[in-house]
Order: sequence, then structure tokens, then C-alpha cells
Amino acid sequence: MNRKTLITLIVVGIAFCLVPQVLPRFYVYMLSLILVLGTLATSLNLVLGFGGMYQFHHAVFYGIGAYAFALVGARTTLSPWIGYVAAPLVAAALGLVMGLITVRLSKLYFGMLQISLGSLVWAIVFRWYDFTGGDDGLHGIDIPEPIASTSGAYYFTLAVAGVCLVLMYLIVNSPFGRIFQGIRDNPDRTEAVGVNVRRHQLVGLVLAAAFAGVAGSLFATVEGSAFPQLLFWSLSLELIIMCLLGGWFMFLGPLLGAAIMVALRTFVGIYTEYWTLVLGIVMMLLIFFLPEGVLGFLHKRFAGKAAQER
Amino acid sequence: MLVVEDLHKSFDGFMAVNGAFLTVDKGQVVAVIGPNGAGKTTLFNLITGQLAPDQGTIRFKDQPIQGLVPHRICRMGISRSFQVVNIFARLTVFENVQVAVLSHRKKAFSLFTPARRLLREETLAILDSVGLADKAQRTSGTLSHGDQKVLEMAIALGNRPELLILDEPTAGMSPEETAVTLKLMQHLSGQMGLTILFCEHDMGMVFAVAQKIMVMQAGKTIAQGTPEQVRGNLLVQEAYLGGADQCFR
Repeated sequence: MNRKTLITLIVVGIAFCLVPQVLPRFYVYMLSLILVLGTLATSLNLVLGFGGMYQFHHAVFYGIGAYAFALVGARTTLSPWIGYVAAPLVAAALGLVMGLITVRLSKLYFGMLQISLGSLVWAIVFRWYDFTGGDDGLHGIDIPEPIASTSGAYYFTLAVAGVCLVLMYLIVNSPFGRIFQGIRDNPDRTEAVGVNVRRHQLVGLVLAAAFAGVAGSLFATVEGSAFPQLLFWSLSLELIIMCLLGGWFMFLGPLLGAAIMVALRTFVGIYTEYWTLVLGIVMMLLIFFLPEGVLGFLHKRFAGKAAQER
Repeated sequence: MLVVEDLHKSFDGFMAVNGAFLTVDKGQVVAVIGPNGAGKTTLFNLITGQLAPDQGTIRFKDQPIQGLVPHRICRMGISRSFQVVNIFARLTVFENVQVAVLSHRKKAFSLFTPARRLLREETLAILDSVGLADKAQRTSGTLSHGDQKVLEMAIALGNRPELLILDEPTAGMSPEETAVTLKLMQHLSGQMGLTILFCEHDMGMVFAVAQKIMVMQAGKTIAQGTPEQVRGNLLVQEAYLGGADQCFR
């Protein structure tokens, strides 16, 4: 890491820390949501953009994380802090089980099977009234005292999301990540250099699920509730859009995509309930003009200019 | 080192490989030749595990390897390049070779150490030996076809193989690039002592570098021996319809 990036990071970090002091509560809440969804979209991109796996139903792991956290508070006498450990573990376990079934298939077939299995999990959560609260979900979740306020939840989310993003950044740039990108570009070739491709994909999937589980527990902290829509397939689609929107070959692309989506929904949503129409048009323009996403486009222009100057 | 006996493989009733025999000794450079569709690439895919044979045995260092998955066979010391360029197009040239080196050094599940500086010398040494060191930071998808074929070979070298299998290493190359590749193969065999098995349509290239030649036709091995023996073999001359003087000029 060079000095410029370090200074940028510190400045951005301080700016984020000051937010609750200067901005109204609504924006603090919105920023928390961006951090949660940004972490979630980045975890999806770990397998989608860097592993080339068609992870079509990533929201399942997010929802399960939120429920795992909520259920520890609602159905046990354990400290709610335990929920933050349970969320990634339960999500990773589900990722392992689903992964063992799905990684045998490749590309679209992998994605389709994942949607089927994910919908099954959704149906169970949706119907199991005694345990999960069914279609009502769980509300008034027990949040640990120091982080129960809007700004408390914000700082907690900021810290946890920051740690998750750093960990995921390390993973993408580790030997594991490098080989994962090799599998994305060319699975047969990677197998031919001695990599057990299926096992590598399975580990990637479990890691992504664990980070999604963390994001789920953060959402439950910010929102104070967990409900079945969190693991509905339409959210998975939104996550894929976030990755494409921001740029799925760049590490920070999905985070930017999440910010754009949340901003669109909030600000266009004020004027019309058909904000998805605006999203649809944005998506079409994106596919035609910025196929590598907003960040991918900016990077290319910037890097292109730097190369010319040289 | 490698012994292939009576190998068979069919696709929907079409016998792609129908009785192939091949012996490769340590340190040898062996060429497989034959007309298009003779089953050369299928034979290589059977040896390196991309396909499983219907019948027959493949022994490497006295162990049966037929039917094993590709990553297992690679770990035993056989690595290969592909006929159609088969690289990691979005990664840089350096990263392409590094993937193989990381895999070979069992770093695949190292999660939190930066890969950038890992095994850098070893990777650069391989790039240097094939003449791609000056292009190390280029995105591999933007290289010329000839350079991509050389990169193919460099990736295969990343696994420190004992047996290197090259599927038409000079296909689509200009005469100059072919000459460079020929030199490279002679260097790998002579200086580095690698055993090389390759198939090739360029007969000048085959007779310049191979110490032994196996000829396939319609999936069958029809001849195997030194270049002189093969050159004089009537069956081989027949297989190449034009006759000896056209093929082996």
C-alpha cells in the first residue's frame, strides 16, 4: 500500500466517523444501510466477479445470518453478542451444505440449482411460524445496549463492515484469490495446473456465505428486525445489479453499486413508487455504455490517461 | 517414464483413439504425428486426465494413471499446454504463470497473505527462460497469438513438471516465432533435462527436435521409432497421401 492510498483511507475513515455528528439521523440510517448492503454485495462479488460462479441466490445467506442473530436473542437466553458469532457460522454451514450439492454443476446449472435450493430455504422460513415467526418475521430484536441507538448501530456497522471489507480485500489478493480468478477465466486450465477446482469453489462459496451472514446480522442490528423478504430471490437479483452497476471486476465496485441503488431508491422513491422503472433504464444504459460498471469505467479512463502520460 | 498400451476411446460410437501405443523414456523428446483427426489431441487428453479411456492402460513412473482427474495427474509431475490458446485472459502474464507456481507450491488455500510478492523470483525465472519477462505486467489477453502460445508453455512449466506435454506448440505461429519455439524446446530438453512429448504438423520442426516419433492414423498407432525408421516406413508414407517426398521435405 502506498502513501497516497493510506492518506485517502484515513481521510475517508475520519469522514465516516464524523457523519452522526453532522448529518441528520435519517442519513445516518441510510449510510448504515449502504454499508450493510455494500458488504453484502462485496461478499457476493467474491464468488461472482472474482470466482466466476453464477451465485444467483446470495440473499439466502444474508437472510439466514439475520435470522441466526435474531433467533439467538428471541429464542435463547444467551447474550445477544453471541448472535454476531452465530450469524456467520450458520450462514457458512448453509453455504457448505448448499455448496456440496451445487458445485458439481457449472455455470448456469449451478445458478439455477442454487435458486431452487435457496427458495426452499425461503419457504421454510416463511412457513415455520413457531420458530421463525413465519411471514411476519421477528421484530423488536434484542440489540445489545451500547449499539441500540441509530448512531451506536452506525458505528458498530462501520467497524464490522470495515473489518469485513479489509478481510475480503486480503482474500481477493491472496494466493487463494489469485487462483480463484484463474478459475473464473479458465476452469479447465486451472484444473490442469493441479488445482482441485471444485474444492476451491466450495471454499470460496463458504467464505462468501459467512460474510453475507455478518451483513445479515448488521442489518438486523440497524433495522431491529428480520423478515422473510431478506432471503427472497428478488433481493439476490438486486445484489447482482449492484455488482454490475458498480463494476464487478473492481474490488470496490459492488460497494459503489450498493450506494447508487440505495440512493436511487431513497431519492427517486420520494417522487414515484415506480423507482424500479428508473433503475431499469439505468441498467439498460449501463449494459450498452458501461459494460464494466461505473467504477470499471472510471478506472479504465483514469488508467488509460495515466498510460498516455507516461 | 510414460507407457501407453492399447488405449481406446470412443465418442458416440466414433473411435477417436482405437489402439494407441506409446513409450516415452526419461529425457527424451518424443513427437506424435498424423493427419488431422488421427486422435493426437484425444490421446493427450487421455494421458492428462481431461478424458477417461474406455480401455487400455497408461503408466507414469510405473503407476497407473488412466482415469485419474487432471489435478491429480498434474501433481504427479505431468503438465501440458493446449492446442487452442488456453490462458487466464484477464490476468497479467506474470499472474498467469504465478497461478501454476502457487498451485505447485501448495499455496492454493493461503487466504490472507498478499500474493503479489509471493514466489516472485521463481515465476520471473520461468518468464525469463521463455523470453516473456519484458511483458510480465501486460494483460495476457492482449498479447499476440505467438506470445500467448509461448505463455501456454510457461504456465505448464510453472508446475516444475518431469514430463511436459505440448499440443501443437507452434500452431498458427509465424516462421520466426516457430524458430524461437524450436530453440526453446531444445533448451528445455538440453539444459533443463525435461522430458517432452508433443504433437505437431510442421514436419521440419518434428524432425529437427524429436528423438523418437509415433505416427497415428484413424486412432491407431501405425509406427513408432527413430526419425530415420519412421521416414522409411511404407505405412507412414501411405498415411500421408502425398507420399514421403511431399511430407518429409
